[in-house]
Amino acid sequence: MSEKTDKTDKTEQQRLSVFKTYKLYVGGKFPRSESGRVFEVTDSKGKWLANAPLSSRKDARDAVVAARKAFGGWSSATAYNRGQVLYRVAEMLEGRKAQFLHEVAEAEGLSKSRAAAVVDATIDRWVWYAGWTDKIAQVVGGGNPVAGPYFNLSSPEPTGVVAVLAPQESSFLGLVSVVAPVIATGNTAVVVASEKSPLPALSLGEVLATSDLPGGVVNVLSGRTAEIAAPLAAHQDVNAIDLAGADDGLAKELEIAAADNLKRVLRPQPVDDWSATPGIDRLTAFLETKTVWHPTGSLGASGSAY
Amino acid sequence: MTTDNTNKRSSAFEYAPAPESRAIVDIAPSYGLFINGEFTEAADGKVFKTVSPASEEVLAEIAQAGPEDVDRAVGAARKAFEKWSALPGSERAKYLFRIARIIQERSRELAVLETLDNGKPIKETRDADLPLVAAHFFYYAGWADKLDHAGFGRRTTNGHSGRNPRPLGVAGQVIPWNFPLLMLAWKIAPALATGNTVVLKPAETTPLSALFFADICRQAGLPKGVVNILPGYGDAGAALVAHPGVDKVAFTGSTAVGKQIARTVAGSRKKLTLELGGKGANIVFDDAPIDQAVEGIVNGIFFNQGQVCCAGSRLLVQESIHDELLDSLKRRLSTLRLGDPLDKNTDIGAINSAEQLSRITALVEQGEAEGAERWSPACELPSSGYWFAPTLFTNVTQAHTVARDEIFGPVLSVLTFRTPDEAVAKANNTPYGLSAGIWTEKGSRILAVANKLRAGVIWSNTFNKFDPTSPFGGYKESGFGREGGRHGLEAYLDV
Repeated sequence: MSEKTDKTDKTEQQRLSVFKTYKLYVGGKFPRSESGRVFEVTDSKGKWLANAPLSSRKDARDAVVAARKAFGGWSSATAYNRGQVLYRVAEMLEGRKAQFLHEVAEAEGLSKSRAAAVVDATIDRWVWYAGWTDKIAQVVGGGNPVAGPYFNLSSPEPTGVVAVLAPQESSFLGLVSVVAPVIATGNTAVVVASEKSPLPALSLGEVLATSDLPGGVVNVLSGRTAEIAAPLAAHQDVNAIDLAGADDGLAKELEIAAADNLKRVLRPQPVDDWSATPGIDRLTAFLETKTVWHPTGSLGASGSAY
Repeated sequence: MTTDNTNKRSSAFEYAPAPESRAIVDIAPSYGLFINGEFTEAADGKVFKTVSPASEEVLAEIAQAGPEDVDRAVGAARKAFEKWSALPGSERAKYLFRIARIIQERSRELAVLETLDNGKPIKETRDADLPLVAAHFFYYAGWADKLDHAGFGRRTTNGHSGRNPRPLGVAGQVIPWNFPLLMLAWKIAPALATGNTVVLKPAETTPLSALFFADICRQAGLPKGVVNILPGYGDAGAALVAHPGVDKVAFTGSTAVGKQIARTVAGSRKKLTLELGGKGANIVFDDAPIDQAVEGIVNGIFFNQGQVCCAGSRLLVQESIHDELLDSLKRRLSTLRLGDPLDKNTDIGAINSAEQLSRITALVEQGEAEGAERWSPACELPSSGYWFAPTLFTNVTQAHTVARDEIFGPVLSVLTFRTPDEAVAKANNTPYGLSAGIWTEKGSRILAVANKLRAGVIWSNTFNKFDPTSPFGGYKESGFGREGGRHGLEAYLDV
């Protein structure tokens, strides 16, 4: 199927390395694709790296079921608790830096130092979003000074299950930049990894599995973006879709499909530099605003009724 | 009908007629489109008639916009955008303050006009719609010169810390017939405050107040082309939404049309907000103050004849108080006065159109056919116009059409529950997610239930309250985006 790889350093070459079977991450478990299919993943020069699962529509649907099941618990966890879990993810990422450095360098054809900078930026990005869990409500919510004897408060709430098409070019920093904001706000995610470079995403699944993140909060699929995205965009139990990894033609098709149950759609945005500090756009894109009213019993100058 | 058609009201009181004078409003026999500051005929010369739903009297003949007119109006708005968006916010604010003040000055005239064209009771247009319309213009006037403080920061999704949020350009807005002037205010006030220009299509059954608003824009000296009003039918709305010169689309109306609009703008750069249908649950727990809850239920479903997207059309009553509550509710419904919308004592006016009346009638007949139990108070319906008696359905299950479909009429479906969890499950059992009500004396229960409800607006121990400072909008298939409040600015800014 392919030539022998030399994924290891020269010093270790006396020893035959153990290949890793990359698997999907769905519902906290690591299944192979239901379809039994795989596809060849190569590095930037076309050299074979691994056989990644080629996910099917059924895998996508299973991932939605897992994400829906996880939504209740994750969305009702306290913001502090979600922050703790996300910080823990950052700690696990830090411990696996060498692995990600290796995978990112191969996936994107980067020098070691450049890849190291990307991995550092990715971990820092994760930490940045982890810190938002218990602040976003204060920034985008608040009390409204209504003209009447009422108390009313607007608070952000997660929109639900979000399908995330990870950016195609930035296999790790781009991936984390679109996944972290979705779950930081209490949504659960079905992530479609970069089609060409899915390995960092599949390895991220392994990190998430060992980071106190409840199973199903993030589900990672690899395969053909267009093939997996179509059933996700049309799925009646998906509430939103981030089209970052879709080209213009596919994005339009998916946006039309998403109209069937009025999914929230984040259209692809041109990103020149993934390492620039993101704003909160990706946090707010998957939030609803709930406004709750209650009488106060105060009637101003005319008296009171409490 | 199972209505008890006695000739006498069951109420102990008889009221002398108390009609508001319609002399205050001068309706011309015909109106044009309002494009670039001028009233003009439609390009193809088409006209349609708008009637008073309470009497079927023709009020005026209106120019009917077509695609060519949409093109002209978008062109005018595009041209006006350059100067309007470049104005200092403090200057835009003063135009909005002028508009707000003129609305207050002409409030009685507009209330009578709205009642004539829409069929809703004068006490609602006078006491709810018009004060809110003016308040929206005041509220957003104040934002126009404070946008840097709205908290939207700098545009950053593209990886650059760019400039502060800017207006989008031309806003194409399509509004419904249930609150014609209020929906206009919800759309136009934030659009103008943020520096956008507007092409607005009012509904074909209620074009008059938008055309009077055009006159207010003239009185306020608003630059030509900043606001354009195109009365017309769905085809004009579709042409507006699809027009390549439109940068932002805002729609309030049915979920079916909303989905069609979402498909139309797919793949474009147009920003979209949708305020769509609802099937709001009004949940009454056994410790609720019954008399207040009854008032809230009545307000929730019979305000504006139930033609309200956030109406509390599903009453969820805790089983132990079902009979007591229903007795009180039926007693209260028997005191509602249906009739001439211009009468100051009228509680329930006319249904907006023959078409809407037939839709309500069909759904109610289906409810009966499916086995739900129908009840209405003794209620005389006027001989001309479009009328529907306040109606209750009991013995309703979640599978019944009347518990699932938005009826958009004075029809309440009553279901029961035993535990808070069951109430939440039933309330959320709908593709809609716009509004809900909670009635209980227990604070922790209010907060717990409100947290679990998937709806954008939740009224606890009250219902159908609106305020320009408060964001309004739905979850799920009730649409996306928020109108009102600081949140409402986002729809019209490049953020």
